[in-house]
Amino acid sequence: MGNPAAPKRATVRQMIAKSAGNKRKRAAERAVPVVLFLIAAVSVLTTIGIVGTLVAETVTFFTKVPFWSFITGREWLPFSNKDAQFGILPLIIGTLKVTFIAVITAVPIGLSAAIYLSEYASDNTRRIIKPVLEVLAGIPTIVYGFFALTFVTPLLQTVIPGLKIFNALSPGIVVGIMIIPMIASLSEDAMSAVPNPIREGALALGATRFEVAVKVVLPAALSGILASVVLATSRAIGETMIVSLAGGATPAFNLGFTDSIQTMTAYIVQVSTGDAGYGTPIYYSIYAVGFTLFLFTLLMNWIAHRITKRFREAY
Amino acid sequence: MVQVMERTRERAGLKQTAAPAVPDVRPLVYDTKLLNLWYGNHHALKNIDLPIRENEVTAIIGPSGCGKSTYIKTLNRMVELVDDVRTSGEILYRSRNIFDRNYPVEELRTRVGMVFQKPNPFPKSIYDNVAYGPRIHGIRNRQILDEIVEKSLRGAAIWDEVKDRLNTNAYSLSGGQQQRICIARALAIEPDVILMDEPTSALDPISTLKVEELVQELREDYSIVIVTHNMQQAARISDRTAFFLSGEVVEFDETDKMFSNPEHKRTEDYISGRFG
Ligand SMILES: Nc1ncnc2c1ncn2[C@@H]1O[C@H](COP(=O)(O)OP(=O)(O)O)[C@@H](O)[C@H]1O
Ligand SMILES: [Mg+2]
Repeated sequence: MGNPAAPKRATVRQMIAKSAGNKRKRAAERAVPVVLFLIAAVSVLTTIGIVGTLVAETVTFFTKVPFWSFITGREWLPFSNKDAQFGILPLIIGTLKVTFIAVITAVPIGLSAAIYLSEYASDNTRRIIKPVLEVLAGIPTIVYGFFALTFVTPLLQTVIPGLKIFNALSPGIVVGIMIIPMIASLSEDAMSAVPNPIREGALALGATRFEVAVKVVLPAALSGILASVVLATSRAIGETMIVSLAGGATPAFNLGFTDSIQTMTAYIVQVSTGDAGYGTPIYYSIYAVGFTLFLFTLLMNWIAHRITKRFREAY
Repeated sequence: MVQVMERTRERAGLKQTAAPAVPDVRPLVYDTKLLNLWYGNHHALKNIDLPIRENEVTAIIGPSGCGKSTYIKTLNRMVELVDDVRTSGEILYRSRNIFDRNYPVEELRTRVGMVFQKPNPFPKSIYDNVAYGPRIHGIRNRQILDEIVEKSLRGAAIWDEVKDRLNTNAYSLSGGQQQRICIARALAIEPDVILMDEPTSALDPISTLKVEELVQELREDYSIVIVTHNMQQAARISDRTAFFLSGEVVEFDETDKMFSNPEHKRTEDYISGRFG
């Protein structure tokens, strides 16, 4: 070390200078942003293509069905031969019913799980429970659908006598179960990000762990928690298999939870798996419904984005 | 050594008469008896015996890693937040052993306030920070809370700086202001003892001076234990000083005596800056 007369070996400075002059490395350095740009462009173009198709077919739909009757109509009877009706409100209501039940099922459970994991669980417990949650998130939705239809619905029927075999309640609860891991996991991340000194400050004032969780950590992590709820809501709105299997195929313009419904997604499945002729209003209607669904989830994501920006905590 | 003391006090702008007479008769707040503490296998505190008396400032000095923070965190059992901590011995707070199995630890922490090395306000408004303690202990009446907040902020010598913006986030304040908010937060539940772990080490000199003056005033109403690695600070503001080294108390005495005429060679070496 520190022997300036050492023979042969280049100094670190010389080695660095040599490496910086390396032509191949410089060329690669120039190519990297181009390649990355192209890859990014593919995904952007795909998205634009999908939205473009959606918009084009939706516009065609509105040449056959008046826009106004689509967004204000209370009857969705696309298969009626002599008097087809394309009022989307029943489908929207169906989607909102399921989403509402799902969210009120999932938020209390998901948040409790997040509080437990972040504020009470030992590292070991957390190491076991988190992967279990992730498994829950990885179950195919068709399995959830059968679970709703063959287990939850019969179970609920023993408590609620008037409950039909297809209804809004059972798929709502099961969609809720499906989004619990998302709320729990994202909220736990937000709560774990609250620095420990803040917790210690509260504990040192004689707060109990629960008071620390509810009155310090929860408010401090509020933006992340709200964002998780909104993203989970967005997921519930777009959920398809569970509602197709357990919700039924009867668009309903009412607020009951016990009768068969149809959601926007379930309608699209129904038409896609049937034999709607190309060029018929029914064919185009799935694009119009799909576009409406797209607007809903877009709105949700925008709200989530606003929340995280608006309530961002500075620790 | 005496000259060192005088110079220190002059530099702080304090008159030499500010050195308080320390009668030994003041009642005990804390009495630590043969305390040992281990982090896993690491023996961090060894046979500590230390009395802490009412309305005094007790300073804890020593090189870093000697166990100052560990000791002060043991006094309100915050040290238990670390996994794998074991203790033996006793700490009597107001004559009761805080390690008793059924000791109400939240009650202990309500009676014993703590100010941390780095200011750690809650990400809430200034008002809500100070009102947090009273609120969790059941005080809801807005008028009473208003009074507590004002009194505590005045007590922490920061009322005039923040009275017009009580609803702004505490994080918008400077570090020194944040630290005084944390002191106000501790004062708001009218504790018996205030523990301070290097409360000025993250602060600029002017904020440091403000906090030091504040400690002098708080002595009237509270018993204070303050950790500092700054010997001049200990000399300026404390009545008694404990010198920690490698987890042991090497010397514990009246501050004036300790800084002018230390009993042990290692104490003298440390306070004269020969190591540490
Ligand atoms: N959480 C912890 N886990 C394990 N060892 C710790 C922990 N905190 C402190 N220690 C060890 O205990 C000793 C005393 O630390 P500390 O009380 O923080 O010292 P000081 O505050 O005097 O600088 C040090 O050797 C430190 O490494
Ligand atoms: Mg320390």
